[in-house]
This record gives sequence, C-alpha cells and structure tokens, in this order.
Amino acid sequence: MSVNKAYRFVIQFFKQFLIPPFHISEVVNQCYEIGLRALPLITLTGFIIGIVFTKQSRPALEEFGATSWLPSLMGIAIVKALGPLVTALICAGKVGSGIGAELGSMRVTEQIDAMEVSAINPFKYLVVTRVTATMITIPILSFYCIVVGLLGSYVNVRAGESTSFLTFFKNAFSTIQFLDLFTSVLKTIVYGFTIGIVGSYKGFNATRGTRGVGKAANQAVVMAMFLIFVEEVIIVQVSNWIRYF
Amino acid sequence: MENQKQEHIINHDEPVIAIKDLYKSFDDQAVLKGVNLTVYKGENVVVLGKSGSGKSVLIKIIVGLLKPDKGEVIVLGQEVDKLSEEELNALRLRVGFSFQSSALYDSMNIRQNLEFPLTMNKKNLSKQDITNAVVEVLDAVGLENKMNDMPADLSGGQRKRIGIARTLILRPEIMLYDEPTAGLDPITSFEINKLINRVQTQFNTSSIIITHDLTCAKETADRVAMFVEGTFTRMGDFNKVFDTTDEQVKGFYDYNFIK
Repeated sequence: MSVNKAYRFVIQFFKQFLIPPFHISEVVNQCYEIGLRALPLITLTGFIIGIVFTKQSRPALEEFGATSWLPSLMGIAIVKALGPLVTALICAGKVGSGIGAELGSMRVTEQIDAMEVSAINPFKYLVVTRVTATMITIPILSFYCIVVGLLGSYVNVRAGESTSFLTFFKNAFSTIQFLDLFTSVLKTIVYGFTIGIVGSYKGFNATRGTRGVGKAANQAVVMAMFLIFVEEVIIVQVSNWIRYF
Repeated sequence: MENQKQEHIINHDEPVIAIKDLYKSFDDQAVLKGVNLTVYKGENVVVLGKSGSGKSVLIKIIVGLLKPDKGEVIVLGQEVDKLSEEELNALRLRVGFSFQSSALYDSMNIRQNLEFPLTMNKKNLSKQDITNAVVEVLDAVGLENKMNDMPADLSGGQRKRIGIARTLILRPEIMLYDEPTAGLDPITSFEINKLINRVQTQFNTSSIIITHDLTCAKETADRVAMFVEGTFTRMGDFNKVFDTTDEQVKGFYDYNFIK
C-alpha cells in the first residue's frame, strides 16, 4: 500500500463526507446489508465467548474464594475488550472482505468508470456511503455482541449457582465507569472507520481482473485486522493515561 | 441482410470533437503519438485498428477518464483537460460512453440501471418522467420486455444494447462506442451496427466508434480513421482508406474479409 496514496484516499473521504449530496438512502441500505451480513456470526461468537470465558475463569476465582466476582470480571472483559474487538475482527473478515471484493469487481468490470462518465461521483456514492455505514453499524453490532456475550456468561453462571438475571447484570456493570463505556464506543467507531476505509481503498484501487479482486478482498481483511490490533493498543493506552491523570 | 445507413446531415462547419497533437504514454510505452482528429456534428467516425493498440485510450481521454501527456482535446467547445470537476461533469452529461464490457451495475436490475444516471443527475424529474424515459430508451434498443431482469440474465448482445440505452437516457449529443461488436456473433453484431445507425438518426448524435471489426466499420462509418502504431495513418470513407498499397492497412483488410 502506498502510504501517500492511502493518505490522500482518507483525506478525500473526509472532504467528500462533509459536502452534499449525502446519499442517505444508500447509507441506510449499506447499514442494513452490513448488519445482516455479520449478525448471525456475531450472535454465535458472542454467546460462545461468554460461555467459554466464564467457564475458564471460574476455577481460578474459586481458588481464592472469589466466584462472586465472576459477573464483574465478565463485565470488564466483555464490555471493555472482547465485545468490541471480537465484533471488529468478525466484521473485518465478513464486511471488509465484502466491500473489497464488491468494489474491486466494480473496478475491473468498468462499473466505477461507468459511474464517472455518467457524471456520478463514484467515491461519494460507493466509498463515503460504505465507510459511514460501517462507522454506524459496527458500534451497534458491538453493543449487541456485548449483550449476547453477557447472556452467554449468565447462562454458564446460572448453571452453577442460582444468581438472578438482574443481580448478574447489576454486578457485571458495577465496576464499569463512564470512561470505559466512552472508550468502548470510541473504539468501535474507529474500528468501523478502519474496516470501511481499508476495504474501500483496496477495492477501489483493484487492478488485473479477477485475481486483483481476490487480492483486494484478502488484503482488506489482513490490513484491517492488523490496524485494529494497533488501534486497540493505542486506545487502551491513551484511556489508561486519562484514567490516571 | 443489409444495413442501409439512413439519410442524415453532417454539418462540416460545426466540429463537436477536435483532437490536436495528442500524446499519451503508460510507463515507457507510448500509446498515442501525435493524434489529430476532428468529428463534425452528425458524423459517425470509426477508429479502426488492432486490439490492444490504444484506441480506447483515445475515447477515455475525451471523457476525462485519462489525462493526456500532451495535446488538446476540445469537446463541444470546451478543452477537457482544463475543466473543473463540475464543468467536466456537466460536459459528461452531453457525452455518452458505451463500454466494451457494457459495465452494467450487477447489483441493480435493468430498470434501476437505466434510472440511476437520471435520478442522480436530474433531481427535478417526477417518477412518471423517469418511467417514460426508461420505456423510451428500452424501446429504442428493442428490449422493452427486459425491464425487470438482472444484467446476469442477459446475453452479451442484450447487455451491449442496455449499455447503449443507459447512455441514451441522458440524451447525449456525442456517443463514444468502445468495441461495440467485440465478442458477438455476426447476427448480433449486425443488430448492434443497425442500432448505432438508428441512434445517429433518431437521437441526432455524432459518434466515435472504436473497433477492430471491419464489417462494423463498413456499416456504421461516415468516415474511417485507420489507427496504426499510435497515430492515424489514413482517413476518409471506407473504400478510400483501403485503396492503398500500405501493407499494414491492406493486411488488416485481407485478414478480415479474405481469410
């Protein structure tokens, strides 16, 4: 990836994002497509992570007689880290590759050129709408993943002891502060932007026929996942600095 | 089967496209080497040359998809390379471009493909106006019954015709056809050639037709420009262009019509 070219692509996104027309119906359409594409996998993964993580943590807490801390531990793990990260990684695979392949295919079959010669701005219609949609949808999917993950955790806790649904959720959120929620939401918006912009960049600049389309889809996933991990580290570090100062 | 060109008027006082001393290279490979061409109002000019010789680059420069290295391209009185984005888009509404691959939007059905350029560019049109425009262009290309089909359901020839219909819906003054008969059987090619001639008279367009198909050139051209090694070596009516001892031009004719 040429850094300069990628930089100009990102700058162009922000410029076009602010200038009308806004193609709101296409953004809604893309939100629906993205949500629908990722929802089944997020439901399954979120629920399983909740169950497995609770199962794995219980023996360690039992050693210290601290099983009552299980809901809080799950709350911290799922709300602050696992929910947003797992959602982002699933979407990088499902949505990022989809955007890369779709735009790549449109590029090599001259559909993007066809828009341009019809006086339609393809960047605005294809890229801005998709990136906006991922920035809206991934925070929503992430919230959904957190809820499903905590449900999975509750199912496992309930199997071992008689904690009520309400008590579990109350305890799960007891140690979560406003900064944690804010950081989680911010993270998911950043992840959404990353997945959308990387997929679009790779697809929009695809070349060399069907092989190029496959390469664009593959690179969209790899690059987005790499950037998500880097962003995770940076955002957590910055939020920790804010917490201590 | 004979495709008779209908009577039409060519106004030699009104050039719609003027290309002067045009150069274009990709990396170190020169594709256009000093191209000069004028297309007059109402005229069909066929650019004839081998596949991969860079003919399509010429029409991509005309619509501003590619930038020239050197030279001037004046379309409907405006120098393409010097236009702002808004001015270029306004010009593009007056120039139709039919792609070699048809370039239909896969995710949209035929009706949506045709409506898309209209709804994006002419916001003040009513739903009824848009429907009327769609029906009119589908009728012009003879595919009225395909409105709700998806592009994947169409044959190669039908896709070409829908591609032409999609450009016609914006009522262009100039049509640029990129290899309109490439990959089609002779009967379908004949239908496309007839359509190109019908568009010229019915929609009163001037055209550049890029092709390596001599039958297409013979049936649609008012003037033929022979493109050899990055420039036009011969220009004129079909018979005049091939009345030569130039081996490259003669070879092209012989290969198409004798072999």
